[in-house]
Amino acid sequence: MATSDIGDIQVAERALQHHFADMEQQRDTASFGMWMFLLTEIMFFGGLFCAYLVYRASYYHAFVEGSQKMNITLGATNTAVLICSSLTMALGVRAAQMGKPKLMVILLLITIVFGFGFLGIKAVEYHEHWVNHEFPGPSFHFETGDPAHPATDPQHTEIYFSLYWAMTGLHALHMVIGIGLVAWLVIAGLMGAYTPHYYNPVENVGLYWHFVDLVWIYLFPMLYLISKKHGG
Amino acid sequence: MATAVQTVERENYLNSNYGIKSWLLTTDHKRIAVLYLISITAMFWLGGFFAMMIRLELLTPAGDLVSSDTYNKLFTMHGIIMVFFFLIPAVPAVIGNFVVPLMVGAKDMAFPRVNLLSWYLYMAGAITALTAMVTGGVDTGWTFYTPFSTTYSNTHVIGAAIGIFIAGFSSILTGLNFIVTIHRMRAPGLTWRRLPLFCWSNYAAAIIMVLGTPVIAITLLLVALERAFHIGIFDPRLGGDPILFQHLFWFYSHPAVYLMILPGMGVISEIVACFSRKRVFGYEFVALASIAIAVFGFLVWAHHMFVAGISVYAALVFSLLSYLVAIPSAVKVFNWTATMYKGSISYNTPMLYAFGFIGLFTVGGLTGIFLASLGIDVHVHDTYFVIAHFHYVMVGGGVMAYMAGLHFWWPKMTGKMYPEAWAKLSALLVFVGFNTTFFPQFILGYMGSPRRYHAYPPEFQVLNVLSTAGASILAVGYVLPMIYFVWSLRYGKDAGPNPWNATGLEWMTSSPPPTHNFDETPVVTWEAYDYEHQPQEEITVGH
Amino acid sequence: MAEHKETGSVGHIAPAKLYVAIWAILTALTLTTVLVSLVDIGPMNVVVALVIATIKGTLVVLFFMHLRYSPKLTMATVVAAMFWLFLLLSLTMTDYLTRAWPTYPGH
Repeated sequence: MATSDIGDIQVAERALQHHFADMEQQRDTASFGMWMFLLTEIMFFGGLFCAYLVYRASYYHAFVEGSQKMNITLGATNTAVLICSSLTMALGVRAAQMGKPKLMVILLLITIVFGFGFLGIKAVEYHEHWVNHEFPGPSFHFETGDPAHPATDPQHTEIYFSLYWAMTGLHALHMVIGIGLVAWLVIAGLMGAYTPHYYNPVENVGLYWHFVDLVWIYLFPMLYLISKKHGG
Repeated sequence: MATAVQTVERENYLNSNYGIKSWLLTTDHKRIAVLYLISITAMFWLGGFFAMMIRLELLTPAGDLVSSDTYNKLFTMHGIIMVFFFLIPAVPAVIGNFVVPLMVGAKDMAFPRVNLLSWYLYMAGAITALTAMVTGGVDTGWTFYTPFSTTYSNTHVIGAAIGIFIAGFSSILTGLNFIVTIHRMRAPGLTWRRLPLFCWSNYAAAIIMVLGTPVIAITLLLVALERAFHIGIFDPRLGGDPILFQHLFWFYSHPAVYLMILPGMGVISEIVACFSRKRVFGYEFVALASIAIAVFGFLVWAHHMFVAGISVYAALVFSLLSYLVAIPSAVKVFNWTATMYKGSISYNTPMLYAFGFIGLFTVGGLTGIFLASLGIDVHVHDTYFVIAHFHYVMVGGGVMAYMAGLHFWWPKMTGKMYPEAWAKLSALLVFVGFNTTFFPQFILGYMGSPRRYHAYPPEFQVLNVLSTAGASILAVGYVLPMIYFVWSLRYGKDAGPNPWNATGLEWMTSSPPPTHNFDETPVVTWEAYDYEHQPQEEITVGH
Repeated sequence: MAEHKETGSVGHIAPAKLYVAIWAILTALTLTTVLVSLVDIGPMNVVVALVIATIKGTLVVLFFMHLRYSPKLTMATVVAAMFWLFLLLSLTMTDYLTRAWPTYPGH
């Protein structure tokens, strides 16, 4: 036990960059830096949220009609998948904190599987919208699918779909980056890079992953649940 | 004081390592600052070249030098380069990068590799934007207003937008690095109340970089997507609202104006205290005024849109909020003046630039209040009055402060003194040239001369000739420092660690500083600008 | 360096049971928000959806992201993000919500 502790501390000392006084300063600094980065991410998505708010306020019925085309079952499943991935991620960080690298690797691999699961389900949805011409641009075509209630405002429903693709697309891009980062943690973890004295990268990728989950927690009601019964 | 040390060449950040690789892969904040200095200077001259082309075209009323299309591209590229690739990074990325870690007594920035990444992103953004310019240019104006930029313009909007998008991430990461460094890397004893005002103002600027830049990044991405796929978010034919673009654009770009001036205000605070040999009057108020400017800056953006078709009720709110910014700005100007009162003032070049800054910024700021008033704005909107106003702030304020800071910290960066007499001459030329260039434009604008036209009625010619003549003087004023700074690298006198007898941790290490900045971590037990207790030696250099 | 002793530190280890409990609540809330969306309660639909999303988001930030055990500085960062997002949305809406208001008396 004692020898492995000394080994851990040596790993940690190698990880201490020259401009920090000690590991604690380095860890707090890395964590604060990551939170600052997430703050910029919130503002990055914020521009799209702003556009969504403006157009939803202006073209409410067009947005309701567009949201009827969303597959709530798939959307809700995806929300659940992401929540599960957040759980395994949180447990993975915990395993790293407690010095259980094997457990950490297993939990992170499960997280990656959930991540691919999310993207797979999203791809099925994207395919559905694509074949139904619900992609903005010259080929866009929108029908409610109910002859008794033709589309009232297809032009503005196109804006709904523009925002849908832009927001979920940007979110999916973040998922892809997140999967890449977690894969990098797995490789580094297998090589014994992390110990209870040094696990900033695991902590920070965890923060990133939860943030991406957080964005989806808002995107889901905004895009899928505007109103199933109301409006129309 | 340091002559004995200087005879033996000490190891410093410049001579610790040689070769192109040691520069391109460096994580030393001082070397990264030098990389920025070189690239930003190149961009400044390119932007300046476009400015000279604009002024030459406006020498005569007829549009005879360039076609109207070319003229549109000239002022667009002048604006894009000067705003995004010179003014925004100038003071923070060059001077701030070099000085802030020294001022807080740290060995480096909090994230040295991210710092290097910022420079690479800046270069990638600059090269992308320049490619768009070389292959045909952009003609939307630096503001990329929709629907012209998304639908009607036939120029390389996507390339320029992507270039700014990439450079935006450079700015975000620089801001992030400053905030984390100032929070986490301060030397023992260096409390917030002892922090130099340059750090405070860079901190305030970093707030804007971190909170504003992501919004313009996503907005320009939407513009590029709209151009490529016609998704309709800003296109009125598809039900989009072009004014939404202006909201999102100015949410960043108005605070960005303060981002260009705030670090400069920090430079001025340092210089005014040093060359008056006094503690900055009302230090706490000057420090908090920086934060207030950064925060208020986010509440006023729609004053750019009074005639764009926004609701008059929103316009009233934004007009009122715009006046708020005058308060912290005035606090700064008054406190600098009060610092000089009964001070023992020396008229070295940095101080001359600081005088210039205070006067010109005041003019620029006060005309900003004119423009924030709804009634006057409708009259002078899109005229040369606006051009004159923001050049007084950005060039009269921002560039003056950059030049002041460059002269002030040049001895620290290079270990050499610049030639004082030449520097004073160039400071004078810049001041005279600047006012001759831009003061006539206030009058032109008030008389109704609109911006962004390559021809104008003959009765405006006298003022335009005056403006072009002033621009030539200004150009000489900028060429001179370029020459004597390079000259001083080889022939300049050795500066010693503290040529200005200034306070502040950066002056307590050798010039140029060693790679690790300090031989041992400093412990701070004194207030910032403790000039009352600084030995009252004359400033020895340059007399 | 100046303040890292006094503001606490990252590195708190939360019990695994807590994480599982949070996961269970999040899943239950997801189910709730879907079910509520299928009932027409007028303008309350959007309110309920956003309130539930905010509760879920708060749980993720507080526990999964350890904000509850983080230094005050981290909390300030989160508050700043929320505040600036609010500025962007609310000040933009001052324009859109008042555009239709009458400009001249009597019109």
